Amino acid sequence: MSLAAPLKKEKKKLIKPKQIEVQKIMKPVKDIKKLQATIEVQDLSVSFIQYTKGLQQKDLKVISSLNIDIHPGEILAVVGSSGSGKSLLAHAILGILPSNATVTGKITYKGEPLTSKRQEKLRGKEIALVPQSVNYLDPLMRVGKQVRTAVKDGDPIKAQREVFSRYYLKPEVENLFPFQLSGGMARRVLVSTAVVSGAQLIIADEPTPGLDTASVKEALKCFRELADHGAAVMLISHDIETALKIADRIAVFYAGTTVEVAPVEDFKGKGEGLRHPYSKALWGALPQNDFMPIAGFQPLPSALPPGCLFEPRCSMVTPDCSKAQPEARTLRNGMVRCIHAT
Amino acid sequence: MLLKGENIGFRYGKGPWVLKERDITVESGEIVGIMGPSGCGKTTLGRILAGYEKPHEGRVILNEAPLPKKGYNPVQLVFQHPEKAVNGRWHMKDTLNEGWEPNDEVLEALGIEKAWLKRWPNELSGGELQRFCVARALGLQTRFLVADEMTTMLDAITQAQIWHVVLDVAKKQDIGIIVVSHEKHLINRLCDRVIDLSPVKVS
Ligand SMILES: Nc1ncnc2c1ncn2[C@@H]1O[C@H](COP(=O)(O)OP(=O)(O)O)[C@@H](O)[C@H]1O
Ligand SMILES: Nc1ncnc2c1ncn2[C@@H]1O[C@H](COP(=O)(O)OP(=O)(O)O)[C@@H](O)[C@H]1O
Ligand SMILES: [Mg+2]
Ligand SMILES: [Mg+2]
Repeated sequence: MSLAAPLKKEKKKLIKPKQIEVQKIMKPVKDIKKLQATIEVQDLSVSFIQYTKGLQQKDLKVISSLNIDIHPGEILAVVGSSGSGKSLLAHAILGILPSNATVTGKITYKGEPLTSKRQEKLRGKEIALVPQSVNYLDPLMRVGKQVRTAVKDGDPIKAQREVFSRYYLKPEVENLFPFQLSGGMARRVLVSTAVVSGAQLIIADEPTPGLDTASVKEALKCFRELADHGAAVMLISHDIETALKIADRIAVFYAGTTVEVAPVEDFKGKGEGLRHPYSKALWGALPQNDFMPIAGFQPLPSALPPGCLFEPRCSMVTPDCSKAQPEARTLRNGMVRCIHAT
Repeated sequence: MLLKGENIGFRYGKGPWVLKERDITVESGEIVGIMGPSGCGKTTLGRILAGYEKPHEGRVILNEAPLPKKGYNPVQLVFQHPEKAVNGRWHMKDTLNEGWEPNDEVLEALGIEKAWLKRWPNELSGGELQRFCVARALGLQTRFLVADEMTTMLDAITQAQIWHVVLDVAKKQDIGIIVVSHEKHLINRLCDRVIDLSPVKVS
């Protein structure tokens, strides 16, 4: 059973279907780069101190030298497999990492260092999280009330009802408790909360899995609208397709670092415009492209390779790849960490 | 061999009917997609076909007989959240070998490392755990597989990796597959036909 062998090749249905059209819902703000970045993360590393047998300390590095920035009016999608550090990046920005985490590097919000004091002040107000887990809802408060609490300007009841109707949440839903909602409904409630909060930086952690096509479109449209009103949006997703629908740029994560940042336009065709071998592989693996996997798996934080983190799975590998983690460098209007990328 | 749901009716408690007069037939070796908006009953139907839920009306028939009540379940179910499908207090090895002992070939194809077998579920990522759930479900006695959003939480590479193995094993063992997914491209890629499970109107 070889993974490299194309599966069921003789079957008609495995022939590459027509390329989907990627529909942008609204035009992004022009000249984003001229504005000051809303958020800038430089050389971020996150480690967890773990106590193993006999009280020995072990440092588990889960994010290493990660860089991203997002400007007002821009949606940056953060795409990567499960365990690549997407949620931890979000938690680092919000200042809600567990206490055994050590953070190094620089996080700047609107030009000023984002200290823990500032994080506390801005969290839930200027910086809002649409969390991955619906367990973030208060289990003891009716959901209508929860959303109203987040309303920044105007009549909270009116704002909550408007946002509910926009996300196909029936009027009676406002009186329900979180446990009475389906997963999809709970997610729409979470999105509603961020929408009414008037935040300048919105971090949405996997806001769409499990939603049907219509709800996904609606949720994405609202992020686009928030950006078009000047917010910076970080949309975290393991699913490139979701990202492509609305993002301006895509940051590809692998094993706790950014391997590439590319304008969304580069994700097309056979992925020739992409810079990193991992991004290319990710693109090629989509069911509407070649549906072609690569062997192996993302390394665990406890067993990171010494050089390039993708080296063990890379088809372009040379001896130099295992010497050191490649520096981030600018390439064709994007960023890449690969010594071979052109 | 056929897996048949005949005239299935189901509701949770005294709630509205989630499924009503629903018929579905899947043949061995066939790959059938189920689509429909959230809440329309896809998961419920999958659970009924795999025998985890008893229909209030109608019946499920496998190879001309009711689903077996004991022993290895010939209709295996893999769903979206692997962390809810494994016992947190078992080593992965025990979870893996719960129904049968997958051979090295399957483990290798699924990218399951030998070292992971000694781990606890909370020491593995969702993608890694789901590989175990898939291996566990592809036993020699499996006749049908219900894949309910099986790869929705996974990245494209892991998704392709898992599906290639599943399709390969399904072909060898003539397993019929029911694919529940919101993802049109995945359904197009995998399925021979698609059933739209849009809501039924009940008065
Ligand atoms: N509290 C923690 N202690 C130790 N490791 C952790 C902790 N939280 C997350 N990790 C590890 O950090 C890595 C990145 O996790 P996460 O950011 O949640 O990934 P993603 O959101 O991309 O799926 C994973 O390998 C995960 O197991
Ligand atoms: N355990 C449960 N108790 C009560 N209602 C449920 C339960 N599980 C599902 N439902 C309801 O049944 C309907 C169908 O759910 P489900 O089969 O999960 O749909 P789908 O998988 O298509 O999203 C939904 O309205 C849901 O709220
Ligand atoms: Mg996450
Ligand atoms: Mg479901």
